[in-house]
Amino acid sequence: MAAVLDVTPENAWTALARRLRQDRVGAVSLGIVAMYLVMILFAMAGLLARGWSVEVGVPYANPSFLGDRPNLEAALAKRMEHKGKVPDLRDIDPLAPKYEEWAKRTGELKSTERERSLTLPWGGDRWGRDVLDKAIKGSQVSIAVGVVAALCATLIGTLLGALSGFYGRWVSDVLEWLYNVFTSIPAILLVFTLAAVLRSGPLASLFASGIWTVVIILAFTGWTGMYRLVRAEYMKHRSREYVLAAQAIGASAASRMFVHILPNVSHVILVQLSLLVVAFIKVEVILSFLGLGVPIDMVSWGTMLAEAQNELIIGKWWQLAAATVFMAIFLTAFSMLTDSLRDALDPKLR
Amino acid sequence: MVPTLAGVVLLIFFLFKLFGGDPAQILAGQVASQEQIDAIRRELGLDQPWYVQLGIFLREILTFDWGKSWITREQVSHIFLTRLPATLTITIPILLLEASLAIPTAMIVAYYRGTLFDRAVMSICVAAMSISFLVYIIVGQYVFGFQLGWFPVQGWSDSFWKNLVTYAPLPILLAALVGLAPQTRLYRSFFLDETKSDYVRTARAKGLSEPAILRKHVLRNALVPVVTNISLLIPGVFVGSFLLEIFFSVPGLGREIYLAVNRSDYPVIQAVTIYLAVLTMLINLAADVLYSFVDPRIQLR
Repeated sequence: MAAVLDVTPENAWTALARRLRQDRVGAVSLGIVAMYLVMILFAMAGLLARGWSVEVGVPYANPSFLGDRPNLEAALAKRMEHKGKVPDLRDIDPLAPKYEEWAKRTGELKSTERERSLTLPWGGDRWGRDVLDKAIKGSQVSIAVGVVAALCATLIGTLLGALSGFYGRWVSDVLEWLYNVFTSIPAILLVFTLAAVLRSGPLASLFASGIWTVVIILAFTGWTGMYRLVRAEYMKHRSREYVLAAQAIGASAASRMFVHILPNVSHVILVQLSLLVVAFIKVEVILSFLGLGVPIDMVSWGTMLAEAQNELIIGKWWQLAAATVFMAIFLTAFSMLTDSLRDALDPKLR
Repeated sequence: MVPTLAGVVLLIFFLFKLFGGDPAQILAGQVASQEQIDAIRRELGLDQPWYVQLGIFLREILTFDWGKSWITREQVSHIFLTRLPATLTITIPILLLEASLAIPTAMIVAYYRGTLFDRAVMSICVAAMSISFLVYIIVGQYVFGFQLGWFPVQGWSDSFWKNLVTYAPLPILLAALVGLAPQTRLYRSFFLDETKSDYVRTARAKGLSEPAILRKHVLRNALVPVVTNISLLIPGVFVGSFLLEIFFSVPGLGREIYLAVNRSDYPVIQAVTIYLAVLTMLINLAADVLYSFVDPRIQLR
């Protein structure tokens, strides 16, 4: 008898961890995603890829394993540097009286000529920046945009979905109307409209730097799927016994919604959240490529691809390869992890 | 549908009103005197209260008269009519090609479900979906257009047939290739859902061969969700190809709206957004009506 009594129900999250461990694909994917997260944390702390914007190599420096490849662009840049001295325009230049002041001010500034290396581990871009560093920094930006935007969209979608599903009646009618309005505009047009407004409007200077423009665009257009799912779950749960019991002991509506029901629908939210991360990263890459995403003083996988398009024509393929590989590995691992997560959380498969 | 439409109009109007830039400032340019700006404001009715402006906005929508583009001075209605054919020349073949490739592929994979082949194809699909669409276009344009020279790198002509035969094939093939992986994955799951049902067990019990079951019984039933999915893709034919249009210099609607965003050309953005929302709603309505014909179990409320 004792053995039977010992069986306490397993905590849902420990059960999830156990099932994920048993799923080999899921475990490997989790490992890869964790490695990316460590890499991002290091990059944020400045331990990794800190000098991604420093021109450490010659233009289009060859990758180390292709050191002997002819690099015409770098040779050309070098020739331009030693083109002889500037012709003397002192007699005709109206700015000539300022020459001495400029010379003095130039003298005050210290400039060090950096030794530019001919090869870099994974090659250099047009300005001789290290492509590997750029890819690491770009991973940080792209993944951060995807995750932050997905969290914002989840917050909006969950809140509205919970209100709509829990209260029903006119609250639901109003929010359903809002949902219909947002879904009847093709997503890409809504994205473009927002981009146009945020670029030229009074808010443009507010979001000029940082990732917030693209996060707002993604969150504002991407909350509808989450809303639909959460609403359906809340409609199902609001009249279950445990919620009625909570009501009977005097739990407020807010408490029933977010203390009692929310943990029981959190698995649905979690899976949808990870799907959103994948989708948002893809959209961010496209927006940044088009110049509507992260600002130009940041690097993301999208801005790298934008540069790579022109580089490919002159045979410099390494930036394209770096951005593609970093992105493909992360998204594959994350998608597989999402699949495993969904299987592990699905009560039908237990 | 009417309240939704009203919502779309209000959303677009207030987005531009509250968060957009001052149209007079954009139109007048960097160097403009206060009188010029005031004159433009009067002309556009910007000195009126917001409800009058909303009225002007509604009149523009109902009369299809959006005036001219702010930047190119082209009639907005003219932009619509001249750009749409190019877009459709690309998107409709993509839609057809994707469906005709994905359905058989999904059926084959579903036939070999659970085997190594199935798992390998599915893993390849996930990996293929993880590579950005941009990479496919960049590499495809480089390899097939630039290196091998099988297709023109970019371009467009005035003749429909020349476009379809010379300029459109490369973008169409690239898009169809990219669409193949997610659609195969989705349709496979539709086929697998059906293979678990009772009528399939009955068909097996009476000794039908597995290919015959798939072809005759499973396919017909799985086509219902497949058709649903395709009808959901139809609204995408109007601007869904904007990336292809930008890369291949196709003078289509998607490229036009991207250019409009870059130039802060508000009338073009507003017109395209509202009319495509209306079009999307009409297509969805038409799809719903068609369903009740195709499947008598579905009833319109």
